[in-house]
Amino acid sequence: MKILVPISKVPDTTAKIAFTDGNTKFATDNVTFILNPTDEWYALVRALEIVEKEGGTVTVIHQGAAESEQFIRKALAIGATDAVRIDAEATDAYQVAHNIFEYAKDKSFDLVITGKETIDYNGTQIGGMIAEMMDIPYVTLASKLDIENGKAIVARDIEGGKEIVEIPLPCVIAAQKGMAEQRIPNMKGIMGARTKSLTVVASAGEALTTISSFELAPQKTACKMLSPDDMDELVRLLHEEAKVI
Amino acid sequence: MSVIVYIESNENRVKKTSIEAAFYAAETAKLLGTEAIAIALGSHDAAELEKLGNVGISKVLHDSNVKFDQFDTRAITKAIVAASTSVNADVVVISYNQNGKAIAPRVSVRMKAGMVAGATALPYTSAGFTVRKNVFSGKAMANVQILTEKKVIALTPNTLQKVVGVNTSTIEAFSTGVSDADFTTVIKSVEKVTGTVSLTEAELVVSGGRGMKGPENWGAIEELANEMGAATACSRPVADVHWRPHHEHVGQTGFTIRPNLYIAAGISGAIQHLAGVNGSKVIVVINTDLEAPFFKAADYGVNGDALVVLPKLVEAYKKFKSASH
Repeated sequence: MKILVPISKVPDTTAKIAFTDGNTKFATDNVTFILNPTDEWYALVRALEIVEKEGGTVTVIHQGAAESEQFIRKALAIGATDAVRIDAEATDAYQVAHNIFEYAKDKSFDLVITGKETIDYNGTQIGGMIAEMMDIPYVTLASKLDIENGKAIVARDIEGGKEIVEIPLPCVIAAQKGMAEQRIPNMKGIMGARTKSLTVVASAGEALTTISSFELAPQKTACKMLSPDDMDELVRLLHEEAKVI
Repeated sequence: MSVIVYIESNENRVKKTSIEAAFYAAETAKLLGTEAIAIALGSHDAAELEKLGNVGISKVLHDSNVKFDQFDTRAITKAIVAASTSVNADVVVISYNQNGKAIAPRVSVRMKAGMVAGATALPYTSAGFTVRKNVFSGKAMANVQILTEKKVIALTPNTLQKVVGVNTSTIEAFSTGVSDADFTTVIKSVEKVTGTVSLTEAELVVSGGRGMKGPENWGAIEELANEMGAATACSRPVADVHWRPHHEHVGQTGFTIRPNLYIAAGISGAIQHLAGVNGSKVIVVINTDLEAPFFKAADYGVNGDALVVLPKLVEAYKKFKSASH
């Protein structure tokens, strides 16, 4: 089993969000970056579990400048076999997907597993885009993935529940919570990661969109406090003031 | 030129998220001075499709091949693109619900159309074509300019207040030309809670956290939700200890929702939880701890024990309901 796991770096959930250059760029000063949680906890760990059972390799691929190699080394420390870095800053999802496709198209991967979305641009796009470029099946919001008789058995979210589907390999899966549990790299993994192969490739992808400006979400006005003994007043306010019931 | 929207039905009713997407498509078509057409695949009720006229759809293309009822992202993408080509659509609108998240990125690639994932407003068309979306888990918004002639807009559910008229869409049988070999997904089983309000479509949501103290106390949340016609939700710790099923978990690793009203009982409001609910129009927080961060994100707050406050809220809501009917 040959598995490819695209990994992204994102600002930590608690990072202060601010913009520069006339609100056209995200201010990265003093921001701590982390591996995107759904990529690391669910996609990567499930890929490792599958090759531990079936045999095979897990390649992680990341688009970013040289300083993001620390995130790639972390993924290698967690257990990935080898890594690829696309040497360019990410501009839009199409560009990143196209670069990953260009690398992967002649490598015969059986599976591509992504996280369901990055916590910065919240797109849920990369997996579907890679699948269409490769013209192979795709399941997103996947909380369970097993390989049986050369097919992928996947649980995915639907409105009000789950659906279990079977799709042939090769395919692309976008993973979410439930798929696997976070793994903390151990010392052996960290030492081993230093010598694992990391290939750098050039970017050939083009962007189809651009962010013309950012705005911070409007601040909430002060919360109106109500007495626990006066729920009639809360209902009245929800009806007459907020007009939501 | 035209605007096309992908329509889904569930149990013979057009999904609420699809009706919203249809309205968005019709409004976008007005901005562009053209018409909005819908594409429906598989089993649908014809009377339901005709009603799309109420939100401004002039015509529905319907490929009734029942194979489409098995949700196969590759086949559905081919079908949507075939329909878009036949009506010369420049803009494709797809609801960013569970299915739309799988399809819209594929359609974007197939048409080489720039995509906005999770639009929260109508496009600005005065200079270029720009659509707003939420980024950084709702802490900011980005105005995304689409650079290509063809465009895919994936619409965040519960985004626009729709205006409903009385018009009927015409329905036209349409063959998308998708062959049997294009379908490779087989549905093995479906686990679904029926008869309750779907969380991602809900306008009102009642949610509980650790402050509910145990699964045996959820009766009050369910009763309130039942009275209000609301969906029930929960925080991550509650889903992690299996007090509630995972499909109720809202937050960064669970669902992102944007209801009109979100009532949070016994939830402290960690940043990861807020990421899933901060798009709610109105937030009510009930918590014993006045220092709970959720109060900062709330519109109305009640400093008290959810187990004591909720039954009172149920009584107050019942009184309101019987008075207004």
